[in-house]
Amino acid sequence: MARTMTGAEMVLAALNDQGVEHIFGYPGGAVLPIYDELFQQERIKHILVRQEGGALHAAEGYARSTGKVGVALVTSGPGATNAVTGLTDALMDSIPLVCITGQVPTHLIGNDAFQECDTVGITRPCTKHNWLVKNVNDLARILHEAFYIAKAGRPGPVVIDIPKDVQFATGNYVGPSNIAHKTYKPRVKPDQNAVREAVELMARAKKPVFYTGGGVINSGPKASQLLRELVRLTGYPITSTLMGLGAYPASDKQWLGMLGMHGTYEANFAMHDCDVMIAVGARFDDRITGRLDAFSPGSQKIQIDIDPSSINKNVKVDIPIVGDVAYTLEDMLRIWKSKSPQLDKAAHKSWWKQIDGWRAKKSLSYKPSRDVIMPQYAIERLFALTKDRDAYITTEVGQHQMWAAQFYHFDEPNRWMTSGGLGTMGYGLPAAIGAQLAHPKSLVIDIAGDASILMNIQEASTAVQYDLPVKVFILNNQYMGMVRQWQQLLHGNRLSHSYTESLPDFVKLAEAYGWTGMRCDNPDDLDDAIRAMIETKGPVIFDCRVANLANCFPMIPSGKAHNEMLLGSDVSDDEVGSAIGEEGKVLV
Amino acid sequence: MNMAKPVSKSHYVGPGAAQAIVSRTLSILVDNEPGVLARVIGLFSGRGYNIDSLTVTETEHEKHLSRITIVTRGTPDVIEQIKHQLERLIPIHRVRDLTNEGVALERELALIKVSGKGDKRIEALRIAEIFRAKVVDTSTEHFVFEVTGKPSKIEEFIAIMTELGLVEVSRTGIAAIGRGPASS
Ligand SMILES: Cc1ncc(C[n+]2csc(CCOP(=O)(O)OP(=O)(O)O)c2C)c(N)n1
Ligand SMILES: [Mg+2]
Repeated sequence: MARTMTGAEMVLAALNDQGVEHIFGYPGGAVLPIYDELFQQERIKHILVRQEGGALHAAEGYARSTGKVGVALVTSGPGATNAVTGLTDALMDSIPLVCITGQVPTHLIGNDAFQECDTVGITRPCTKHNWLVKNVNDLARILHEAFYIAKAGRPGPVVIDIPKDVQFATGNYVGPSNIAHKTYKPRVKPDQNAVREAVELMARAKKPVFYTGGGVINSGPKASQLLRELVRLTGYPITSTLMGLGAYPASDKQWLGMLGMHGTYEANFAMHDCDVMIAVGARFDDRITGRLDAFSPGSQKIQIDIDPSSINKNVKVDIPIVGDVAYTLEDMLRIWKSKSPQLDKAAHKSWWKQIDGWRAKKSLSYKPSRDVIMPQYAIERLFALTKDRDAYITTEVGQHQMWAAQFYHFDEPNRWMTSGGLGTMGYGLPAAIGAQLAHPKSLVIDIAGDASILMNIQEASTAVQYDLPVKVFILNNQYMGMVRQWQQLLHGNRLSHSYTESLPDFVKLAEAYGWTGMRCDNPDDLDDAIRAMIETKGPVIFDCRVANLANCFPMIPSGKAHNEMLLGSDVSDDEVGSAIGEEGKVLV
Repeated sequence: MNMAKPVSKSHYVGPGAAQAIVSRTLSILVDNEPGVLARVIGLFSGRGYNIDSLTVTETEHEKHLSRITIVTRGTPDVIEQIKHQLERLIPIHRVRDLTNEGVALERELALIKVSGKGDKRIEALRIAEIFRAKVVDTSTEHFVFEVTGKPSKIEEFIAIMTELGLVEVSRTGIAAIGRGPASS
């Protein structure tokens, strides 16, 4: 039944009808009518961030830790432009977001009005879809459509740009049930013949490997359950991208660790040498494949993806399956069980033996130190002391992010939130705030770098306002470590502007925001200090002083193949300097 | 399926890999909503695809449908990507590769201005007749011809007119439709 109300009221009504409990935002002239409505109700809680960029990342953290759609509300002009990084981040990592932006009144659009910008123009390439609402009678439909599009198929961010006069205007509100989308109907059920073909190929494999990604997480908890069942039933080894960590338990014996540029030796070699690759919700991006013409040259490939454009994009596959991961795995399991295929046990045994040989390389090993805290050691201890807690981990971007992925092990999906596709420094703190808001009783830790944390440090103030006890664990190496590592590899060790001079005193910084500040620089004190951090009730910045010049290994240098991997144990400084060929230098 | 397939299709088709460049006419049916053309064009420029010709106009007013016809070039793999990327755009109903589905019917209209006197002028008029071009504007010194047909015919006509005093050309770009009774 249609109800008459103002555009601003419709926004709140639609959020309510969509089951939204929290939104992240920042007010301004062009969204005042909506803020006025927010003020006059209780159900939807608004989290006031300190910069719109923080709102978008917080909404991402909220979405990724819950599987729900994250919602942000920002004003026109600078509010909208500040949202662009978060929108792009969500697009790259397929995170469902609805971002509502205010706009100048319709009659002023195009006039260079105060705080006007072409929001739909600017955000067109960094959203899954966007709308400028010019008629209040379209608003309710568009709001509901927005939630559908953000969540359906391959998820992503959407923007609804609402001019101020439309917020004031009255029109008819319709509820979500009256909406069916005209054109957007992504395929979720896979083609049964393709699934059957895939099962037959899997059953005949001698050297199989599962290669899984963020699509498993996005498909929902059921997909992770089904993946576990299928992997155990087959007995095949499994690796995952950065985005997919947690879909399969890292504590399991079939787990090979993460693959890709900083992945384990066994994961990358298994990918290189396998004869059948089963890609599940993973998109063969360049961090994964390394040199493309040398990528897994002898394998036949199955790829399950809900987005047809992800299939055959970088790497040609033999059996493409368009569909939702959970639906497809369910079908695979059913067919596998009904066939109960005869597997080549002997081949699998020797494959595992080969894998064990690669495992014996211990590619994640590093030189321990008694005097300084090695960054890898810090994450190992952080993991050991928090793994039995109900923990959620976010990260910033850099070496610390890769060490977190290597040394913090996840047994459940939705516990790990990192900016994978865009690699956005400043992601981790606001994302932790979003995750903590959704899980108030849990332990939420942002594993941070000294440079990244300063990119959205203002959100420390948000955490205080809403009593969110997030912990920021800084691996402080006083460098933009990842930049420095590349300069060592590529640019003759000329460390151009990668030393973070004049860092703040992080303890005092914490205190200035009303947080607890802690510092540790001695490996012997580390455990106690981490325990103290966990025991502290409110938010904590932990300034963990680590070895300044440690580098992140193993590493497949850009432009190299999986089997040309550098191991930490056998790289001298000279080799670091010449590890990347001239062709690789132009790559990122 | 052929289960005995020994060699994988899997390989990387990258720079330098030998795959022929082909030209394709794509017919894209879209909801005629604001910004839809910008989405399509932005996709082509953002992902580095080519546009050789582009036409767009509303074709079914009641249903708010427009047809965008794009002639593009690329390897078959790139064309495949272009189709999938277009299909990801929300207001798109469907994308058809008309070239791939048999020889598409392709037509273009051009307005061609030629100026000259004496023999060249007479010759231009004579050639125009052969091409079934109509004179739509004239003075003692110029003609504007209207010519329709396959793009290749228009190219030919322009090539000849270049020698006979071509001043300027305006072309609509290609409108295309599939053959036979079924809709495209
Ligand atoms: C917004 C943004 N700007 C620049 C970069 C490039 N970048 C990648 S890692 C990095 C350094 C990060 O330093 P820090 O946070 O201290 O982490 P570390 O590598 O030292 O662990 C930079 C500048 C980026 N990823 N994001
Ligand atoms: Mg650092």
